[in-house]
Amino acid sequence: MIPVSDETGASETADTTGPGILTPVLSATWDDQRPWRLDTYLRHDGYEGLRKALAKHQDEVIQTVKDAGLRGRGGAGFPTGMKWGFIPQGDGNPHYLVVNADESEPGTCKDIPLMYANPHVLIEGVIIAAYAIRSNHAFIYLRGEVVPVLRRLQAAVQEAYDAGYLGKDILGSGFDLELTVHAGAGAYICGEETALLDSLEGRRGQPRLRPPFPAVAGLYASPTCVNNVESIASVPAIMRGGVEWFRSMGSEKSPGFTLYSLSGHVKRPGQYEAPLGVTLRQLLDLAGGVREGHRLKFWTPGGSSTPLLTEEHLDVPLDYENVGAAGSMLGTKALQIFDDTVCVVRAVLRWTEFYAHESCGKCTPCREGTYWLQQIMERLEKGDGTEEDLETLLDVADNINGKSFCALGDGAASPIFSSLKYFRDEYVAHLAHRGCPFDPAASTVWASNLAGAQA
Amino acid sequence: MTDLGMPRLPAPGYPADVRARLETEAREIIGRYPQSRSALLPLLHLVQSEEGYVSPTGIEFCAEVLGLTTADVTGVATFYTMYRRENGGDFHVGVCTNTLCAVMGGDEIFATLKEHLGVGNKGTTPDGSITLEHIECNAACDYAPVVMVNWEFFDNVTPASAKDLVDELRAGKQVTPTRGAPLCTFRETARILAGFPDPRPGAVDHGGAGGTPSLVGLRIAHGRNPDGPADPTEKGA
Repeated sequence: MIPVSDETGASETADTTGPGILTPVLSATWDDQRPWRLDTYLRHDGYEGLRKALAKHQDEVIQTVKDAGLRGRGGAGFPTGMKWGFIPQGDGNPHYLVVNADESEPGTCKDIPLMYANPHVLIEGVIIAAYAIRSNHAFIYLRGEVVPVLRRLQAAVQEAYDAGYLGKDILGSGFDLELTVHAGAGAYICGEETALLDSLEGRRGQPRLRPPFPAVAGLYASPTCVNNVESIASVPAIMRGGVEWFRSMGSEKSPGFTLYSLSGHVKRPGQYEAPLGVTLRQLLDLAGGVREGHRLKFWTPGGSSTPLLTEEHLDVPLDYENVGAAGSMLGTKALQIFDDTVCVVRAVLRWTEFYAHESCGKCTPCREGTYWLQQIMERLEKGDGTEEDLETLLDVADNINGKSFCALGDGAASPIFSSLKYFRDEYVAHLAHRGCPFDPAASTVWASNLAGAQA
Repeated sequence: MTDLGMPRLPAPGYPADVRARLETEAREIIGRYPQSRSALLPLLHLVQSEEGYVSPTGIEFCAEVLGLTTADVTGVATFYTMYRRENGGDFHVGVCTNTLCAVMGGDEIFATLKEHLGVGNKGTTPDGSITLEHIECNAACDYAPVVMVNWEFFDNVTPASAKDLVDELRAGKQVTPTRGAPLCTFRETARILAGFPDPRPGAVDHGGAGGTPSLVGLRIAHGRNPDGPADPTEKGA
């Protein structure tokens, strides 16, 4: 539970480059044998955080998470401990903890490998969080399209019941908790916390008007805390390692470790766990760089709903404040890397189709707006658009952004605004060429393999 | 009348023995929740596991056991993309064509499979083995391009490997995904989604902790070769 740079005896310069910048905590056990099994987890101090938490008063557990400064890893970065503190106490109503495991934001691929490799760290976090907010029934809402992860969660929950970590009188503490694993059925919008609650109540997954917020009237109109998988999975380590240790990583306002997911045109895509505030340049350095023979063109810091960034942002510290100051959002830390073979208009069209498909239909700006964005983007990509279409595109996006019922609409507008900001010339080139000037075959994985084979 | 693909009511009931079995299972599902309506999504998975799709019979069953109207249940069933409104293949082949996978080759894979299988989007092969569909991001971008079969991961797919995959499925061979257990049928998968664990011994442990992308950061942090060795004997290797 100490930073890896100390463990490996890396030199001081390793603080800014090289393997020393990585801090595997959540991913620390993934290379052990059967890390998804309880016996493996116990060999790595599994459920020790729970023992520490149960020895404390509930309010003290909440205070510890507040002091640690853990911020929600699902995208918004809201302080987790504060969220727990919003749950009213002594109100006579049942309280619920709901884990948002609906990971569906394009580019985001951290919670799925986490739950697949080590479901017990999530379950331990669930028990601690439920204890803190005085909840006796928790749910893990897992997107349905990941059956191997569902298998592991079902098995791990059963192991936890059998070992006395779930059920009645957990570890002799007098605390009872039921944990239900619930599989969704395919709907991006259910990652929005109030839509998720409607879905968990057996309805169409559409967002709710707020206030009242879920902390006051959530699941079954009772006080409910909805947290992301990675947020909850980070809690056991905080209980074991303590506030000071957690704060030794990251920055004052964005402390701790987190999973950065590199994908796309990068030599070694995958999960890189590091303190908040590393830069893409540092991560790319570890990942072997952008695909050979090509340059970074654009990237997302946290999924498709976060405005695109470019090469000029390589040194932006990837934490909540600095990515915000650079005009985007940290989001889910889903770093999708696109090199110079990729047509930004094609990329944005595809995301726009996604938002139009996933719009739940509840509010007019998003339902109608995403439809029209798609029509205009299709025209532009085919080279059938006009200069005026670019203004209409911005106008429609502006009528969705901030004017929709939930953040899905804002997400749909993000790639439009940011691509026009940085790559307006490329849109214009489609008009001039009467079509796309790029060859889609050049972007594929096998295009680079082919180039490598010929070299 | 235009066929909107909506369930047509009224529907015939299940045979008595099927109904009795499903009622027992429905009660078990309902028992997991403080309020019965929360059981609707898993119940729809359950009826899908019975007939391969959410039929009018399945909708009526869900409505009856939960005390809802069939309109309520239909409204929910048609909102979610995983529920089929008509019968399809034993194997649902989903090609990710969201931006990142599309760019990395997903578009070419999807085009190849459409041509190879002779079906369009959401089309089923005449032998009833495969339903092809393009899907949205499935949270495996570091393994792009990705194909899901019955919602199991096939990572780093190429047009050639995708053709081999569907050929093996159509030939009735046992196929194992990159991560996860050997494939079961669409109906068996729906049963797991309803919350009834996979009964096959070893299914949970199959497939390791993840491929190279899942482990690459950890390996680099530990000063090991980022590209290997193979899981799951990694620590002992």
